This record gives sequence, C-alpha cells and structure tokens, in this order.
Amino acid sequence: MTTMQTPNGFALDTGGRRVVVDPVTRIEGHLRLEVNVDDDNVIRNAVSTGTMWRGLELILRGRDPRDAWAFTQRICGVCTGTHALTSVRAVEDALGIAIPANANIIRNIMQLAQYVQDHLVHFYHLHALDWVDVVSALKADPKATSALAQSISPWPLSSPGYFRDLQGRLRRFVESGQLGPFRNAYWGHVAYRLPPEANLMAVAHYLEALDFQKEIVKIHTIFGGKNPHPNWLVGGVPCPINLDGTGAVGAVNMERLNMVASIIDQSITFIDQVYIPDLLAIAGFYKDWLYGGGLASRSLLAYGDMPARANDYSADSLMLPRGAIIDGDLSTVHEVDLKDPDQIQEFVAHSWYAYDDESQGLHPFDGVTEPHFALGPNTKGDPSTRIRELDEAAKYSWLKAPRWRGHAMEVGPLARFVIGYAQGKPAFKEPVEAALRHLDVPVTALFSALGRTAARGLECQWAAHRLKESYDALIANLKAGDLSTANTDLWDPTSWPKTARGAGFTEAPRGALGHWVEIERGRIRNYQCVVPTTWNGSPRDPAGNIGAYEAALLDTPLADPEKPLEVLRTIHSFDPCLACSTHVMSEDGQEKATVVVR
Amino acid sequence: MTRGGMATGRSGVDADMDAPGRSLVLGIGNILWADEGFGVRAVEELHRRVVVPSGVTLMDGGTQGLYLVHHVSEADNLLVFDAIDYGLAPGTLTVVRGEEVPRFRGCRALSLHQTGFQDVLSAADLLGRVPRRLTLIGVQAGDLDTWGGSLTAAVRGCLDEALILARQELAAWGQPVTERERPLPAAAAGLLAPGLDVVSYEAVRPEPLAPVAAAEG
Repeated sequence: MTTMQTPNGFALDTGGRRVVVDPVTRIEGHLRLEVNVDDDNVIRNAVSTGTMWRGLELILRGRDPRDAWAFTQRICGVCTGTHALTSVRAVEDALGIAIPANANIIRNIMQLAQYVQDHLVHFYHLHALDWVDVVSALKADPKATSALAQSISPWPLSSPGYFRDLQGRLRRFVESGQLGPFRNAYWGHVAYRLPPEANLMAVAHYLEALDFQKEIVKIHTIFGGKNPHPNWLVGGVPCPINLDGTGAVGAVNMERLNMVASIIDQSITFIDQVYIPDLLAIAGFYKDWLYGGGLASRSLLAYGDMPARANDYSADSLMLPRGAIIDGDLSTVHEVDLKDPDQIQEFVAHSWYAYDDESQGLHPFDGVTEPHFALGPNTKGDPSTRIRELDEAAKYSWLKAPRWRGHAMEVGPLARFVIGYAQGKPAFKEPVEAALRHLDVPVTALFSALGRTAARGLECQWAAHRLKESYDALIANLKAGDLSTANTDLWDPTSWPKTARGAGFTEAPRGALGHWVEIERGRIRNYQCVVPTTWNGSPRDPAGNIGAYEAALLDTPLADPEKPLEVLRTIHSFDPCLACSTHVMSEDGQEKATVVVR
Repeated sequence: MTRGGMATGRSGVDADMDAPGRSLVLGIGNILWADEGFGVRAVEELHRRVVVPSGVTLMDGGTQGLYLVHHVSEADNLLVFDAIDYGLAPGTLTVVRGEEVPRFRGCRALSLHQTGFQDVLSAADLLGRVPRRLTLIGVQAGDLDTWGGSLTAAVRGCLDEALILARQELAAWGQPVTERERPLPAAAAGLLAPGLDVVSYEAVRPEPLAPVAAAEG
C-alpha cells in the first residue's frame, strides 16, 4: 500500500524513486528534503525534516527576562531584530508594561526596515538564482539588455556601456573559477526560462541590491545604537532623542533623523524602479510555472504586526493583517488568539521530542521540549553516520508540528497578503490585483511559489511606503514636544508580581513568530518560541496532516531528478530560515550539493 | 600552541602599503554553541583589555552572514577571529593570511542561510572591494554541540595568545592598540548586549533543569 490521502486533502504515493536533497552529515541545523517521484518524475510524496530549535528554555531558564531579547537575537542569523522585538513584547505583556508612542513608532520603523532589507536580500541573493541563470548572462547583448531595462523602468543605471562593463566583470569572475555565491547552481538547467538579456539585467541588479542593502541597515544603527545586533529595551526603545543635539554619538538628533528620511526615500526608489519591475519581468517568463502552492490555497495564518497605536495589539490596530483562513474559505477570516489553549498547539508524534501523550498537542504556555531521537523501522542507511532515507511514518524531524485548531498552516508574505485580500483591505488587495492584471493571470496564480515570491516583493514595496508614513508620524510627535522613548516605571523587578506570563508576537519577514514567557520571582521560568519555519517546515502531525513545505512540493514535475532545481525554487520561495541543504561544505572548504536519487 | 603562517599569501606586514586605512576586527560565530563562540568572545576580550586607535573597529559579527558584506568590503584590513574545525588538537591556534583565507572555512556555516565566510568574501569581491590585507586567527574547536554552553577550557586557554597575535597584527598594520589600565568589567564593556557578556552568560548554566531557585525580587 503506497498511496494515501491526508486529512488536509493531499494524495500521497510513497512508491517510485526517492530523491534526497541532504546536507549529508549533520541533520541538525539543516533542512533535508526527501521526495518520491513517479515514472514521469512528478513529486508524489514529500518529507521535510530539519531543526533549528534546541529548546530555548534550556538557555533562558533562570535568566533575567529583561535580557531575553538578546539571547533570542542570537538564535538565528537572519531574524535577529524580529526575535528581539517579539521577546520584549512577550515580557511587556507578562508584566503589563505600556510603551510610549514614540517607542511604538520607532519599533515599527525598525521592523519595516527589516522587511525592506530582508525581502530585498531574499529576492536577489537567496532566491533569484532559482529563476535567473547567471552563466547565460554572459551571452547577453548589452545593447539589447539596455533596451529591455529601459522598457520596464526609468532606473538610470541602464546604458549599454553599463551592462557591457558589468558583463566583463562577471566574465572575469566566472573565468577565475571563483564562482563564489554563484557556485553550486544548476546553470544551463532546462527549467531556466529567461533570455540572456533578462539574466544579465537581473545579475546587474543582484549586485546593485547587495550594495544598496547596507544603506537600509543604517536605520537600525541609528535607532539601535549599533549594527549588527542593535539594542532593544523592555519598556520602549533604548535611544534617547534630542532634536537639538549634534554629532553621530549620543541621543538621536535631527541630523540622524534626516539621514533616516533620506534612506527611506532611496529605498522607495530602489524598490519601485528596480525590485518590482524585475519581479514582474521575471514572473512574465514563468507564469505557466505555477507549482509550489501547497497549503497556500487552503490554510493560512498571520498574527499581524506593526500596531498603529501604541500598546493596542488588536487586529484593528495592526497595519499587517491578522487572522486565519481554513480550507480555502476566503469568505471567513477567523480571529487568532495566541493565549487561547485550543488554538496554537505543537505536536511531536513525528518530531524528535517526547510528550507524555503524543496524540495531543501542547499550547506553548504548557510547552515541553524533551529531545528524543529515534528512527522508524523503515529508515534506510546507518542511523549513526549516514541516514539514506528517513521513515516518515515514525519520528523524522527536529521541528515540532505546530497547528492552529488542528490545521497545518502556511505563514509568511503570501499568507499575509491573502488574508488582507480576503479582508478586503485596499493596501493588500489593490497591489495584488494590479500585479495579476499586469501578468494577465487569474487570482489562483497567487497560490504558487511564484505567487509567494510576488507577494514578498509587493510587501517590500508596502513596507517602504509605510516606513515613510511612520517616519512622518515620528517627526510630528517629536515636534509636538513628546520626546519620551521608554517607560521605566516597572523596570525594577521588585515592582513585578511573583508570577506572570505573557505572549508576544510579530510577523517576521518569513512569517508569524510568537514567544511565550513565564516569569517567576523575577526570573524566567519557561520560554517557548514558535517560529515561522516551524510552521512552514512542519512535519506531519498525529492525524497525518502534512506541513506547508511538504504540501507545496507535491505534484511538481522535475525536469531532472539529479538536479532538482524545482524543489529549491519552491522551498526557497518560503524564505526558510533553516539552511537549505543544497549548500554543503566538503572538507576542502568548497561547498557542494548532494542530491541522491534512489 | 600556535601554527602561525601555516599558509601565507599576501603578507600582513608589507612595508610599502599606503596609510593604514580602515581596519575591522571581526569576531564571528554563535556564542550559544560552546566553542563556536570563540570569535565573538575573542573580540569581547580584546575590547575589555585594549583601546584601539581611530580607524580600527571591533565588531561582534555573530552569525550575520551575507549581512556582513558591507562591513567587510569597507575595510582596508580585515582581521577575523573564528572557530575552525581542521582536525587539530582542541585549542590549536592557526593564523592564515591573504589569499589563503577564503579557502579556509569556519566550523559551521556562518549563518543559517548557509553563507560561509568565503561567500561573504566572494560577495565583497563581486562588489569590487575586498580588504587589502586579510588575516584569520582561528582556533580548533573542541565542543561545537553543547547548546547553551560556553568556551571549553582548551579554547579559553588560548584566548590570551590569540589576543597577542591580534595586537601584533594591528601593530604590523600601523595601528597599535593601547592597553587599558585594567580590563573593563565584563557586564559594563558594552560590546555585547546585557546578559550576553561572558560573565553574565556563564553565571546561569543551562543544565540541570532544576526548578528556579528563589531569586531576587
């Protein structure tokens, strides 16, 4: 018996050949994917396994809750600020600390800047090469590239000479044998569809974006005091403001606020004139490659973020939408409550953790993280050195399986946009409809890897424009004489109750992020995080529902199972914060991909 | 024990270089993973003990991966502290310079996006701006698996020597440091966020998971 139907509506067939994309040596810290393909090389079963979480409570228990943000910031190299913000919100929720209006706006600015940088870097540096063939760019005609670029955008860096120089630089780089970030891709793969000129234009913008992203983080440096690892503060933000001050140290002054304004303007221009035109141009060549939807057309979750009003975390106050869509019913957006024990629960029946009763899920307030590594009887290979094939009928992932009222959910930019769209919010509905019109595709095209990638681009644009508004609101508040950035009334632990617990949430660029903290006598008693990649990369639950990555890979045809570019395209469209396993270090320090087809 | 000059490309002591320029002393790695925290702890310790001249930046790079590219590309001289896994005895210090550095790898990919440090250097190269002088002070890690652990004795034991090497390197670049009269207190040093400095970090051990003792408050 190799076929089955999952409760969440997917047909699986575990026969056929198994393709394993694997980091080989260490499972932990990586994402590993196993898929079964049929005789036509179409994916009929998918298994996502990975870890990032080793139980934060192991590290945070006994520590000062006011320091928790700094620890959570170290867990992930890419979600640092978002983890910190979620943490301070959880502690503030537990202790009933209200933050000043300026602190709320500055946090929104920090978070929006993170969105702009993260989405830009994801599109160009972590995902574009799944759609763009760098080596093909060497064959482009610079003049035709210039004509293409000028036909889609007024962006000034578009002359034939510019593209010729860039092509020369690229050629020297490739010919030096030092492909660097471009190595280990499937150059020349038949699934690449862009003409050489579009590839060259995209590579040019890859480099421009790499150069530009550094400007965006200056916003974090200004408000967070330093970068990397800007400072955060329970009760507000750590930067005092003195509009009349001078210089680059001390309180934030008008000179530095003007710099923020200038960076925001540059960001808007770059996104409007480079990112969005590139996104639409690239999508135009792939609009019939609409694989990778998975849960996107069915079950989506967002906590929402960026409160318009300080300390008001209701859906009504949040600029990013909040809610849950179940089984594709866009007519109902369900309310989401992080503290309701019946809503968010984590299951471990297929995860390498132990619960007393693994048929049940646990709400994060009652969360238990007890590692228990055990492999199923159908595991192939040597479990202690090299697992060739996991047994997904048993435990197979270091990720727990989070569920919302028992449903596996997709989180991230596409979830946010679909929820905003379903709620009829113009800020989300209008750009989606404009993009669909531009590409001449139906709304169902959204439910795909491409749709996810497009939603991220539209959200980057949304964030840049909200940055401008938030900046204006901050200046208005400051000019009205309100300079307060922190509330320290409850800073002293003697002012806290003996026990308290709270939940904090954000929308990380890659999806809904929640922290749950329990405080006892001034110290952390328990701390649980449920991160976006745990939602999206989730293994099966006791009922057999598959997770978002697993669902998204189903039914995708692979042109060449030895070079599963299509798998990468779909998984990367989620912006996984786990290392995607195609980049693996060999002993000589070069990276190599390992793909095994059996 | 030092294995200096294991491989020297462009030397760090060329006399004909121009003015010293901007130097970046970068510690990379994840402080939550035992010896993988070496790079960050080395920079922290250097900051506690010395004052660097203008033009030199000490940076806790953590696991920021590609997000470090502009810091790297803006530096004329780059000194990196990192934990390495080269099959040596734990605590063995290794100094690598110049063109050999990109080939040398840290023990874990730098970020969870799997951007190894050589990719950061390649990206800087693509931008057309790589540091003129590049030195890696690496230490062979012993324990990379204890989540919430700190440096092992072998790695901690070579911190002093690693910092001497760093002082020598900066001096050779024309940017000698000045010793502080006494080291900054860990919790007040300010390089790392509150609670992450080495003393506070080690004050709360992740195990055993006993019930929380009555704390202040």
